[in-house]
Amino acid sequence: MQFHVLAVDDSVIDRKLIERLLKTSSYQVTVVDSGVKALEYLGLVDDEIANTNTDSNPISTIKNHHEVEVNLIITDYCMPGINGYDLLRKIKESTTLKNIPVVIMSSENIPSRINNCLEQGAEEFFLKPVKQSDVNKLKPHLMRGKGKENQPNFVVNKRKPMAECLSPDRIRTKYNYI
Amino acid sequence: MEGNKLQRQAACMRNALFDQGYLDEQFIQLEDLQDEANPNFVEEVVKLFYSDSARFIRNIDLTLNNSPSDFVKLDNIMHQFKGSSSSIGAKKVKQRCTQFQEYCKIGNFEGCMRTFQEVKQEHAALKKKIESYLQVARQAR
Repeated sequence: MQFHVLAVDDSVIDRKLIERLLKTSSYQVTVVDSGVKALEYLGLVDDEIANTNTDSNPISTIKNHHEVEVNLIITDYCMPGINGYDLLRKIKESTTLKNIPVVIMSSENIPSRINNCLEQGAEEFFLKPVKQSDVNKLKPHLMRGKGKENQPNFVVNKRKPMAECLSPDRIRTKYNYI
Repeated sequence: MEGNKLQRQAACMRNALFDQGYLDEQFIQLEDLQDEANPNFVEEVVKLFYSDSARFIRNIDLTLNNSPSDFVKLDNIMHQFKGSSSSIGAKKVKQRCTQFQEYCKIGNFEGCMRTFQEVKQEHAALKKKIESYLQVARQAR
């Protein structure tokens, strides 16, 4: 089965890099350059328009139930407009999208930023420049995501205490500043 | 030139780039992403870097010419420039970018001006060296 990853980054260099990295893992890749475009692609913007606009065009409502399936979203943190954290939050607040694993990338090693993202539901936090070894960590999240699709009434699982579910690398990141 | 000689020359130029601190291990990540299906990946990324970073340089120049100095804006632009430099492994350029950001944070205009000249110098020096290397590496294939 082929996984489809949506990558979001405002840097043209980093978009090229992440696309190539994801393709080496044989993922299908869609790359967009902003959080707004990511939301449009995911159908979230249409959601909001359909809900607030009473005479909404039926076509835009149909677009909500998009044929496009995204198995993982990897996004830069620092972007103009909607940043990575806001994008993460909107995805986790959406009934249709909240089970899609989200990974954050950032060039800045700021522990509070990292913790906020993980608390908000990000699966991983990669420090830029992103490497092949980072991308190799995506597989388990993608596999888990696929499993959830077969359970339509999946209840949001209680998050384990942070220390229990952090991989060694993330623990390393978390304690770097002590 | 024989293929062998070109390969040796390419290897030499490549080593020098690392030994002299122009490039760091991120460049090796780029090389690892190059294969038969993507034979020009490194060149493409480098070209993209230079066309993209010209924009950052222009914007910083313009912003430095404004008075009073907008250090927040300067820091933001440089943050992006530094990110791109880091992504291709441009070690010296990245170091100068960091220094520039430090002057922004303390609002030191003279420091910014001086460091920006250094950023531009390193940026141009790397361009020459890396383009020469890539040309020989391509011929040696």
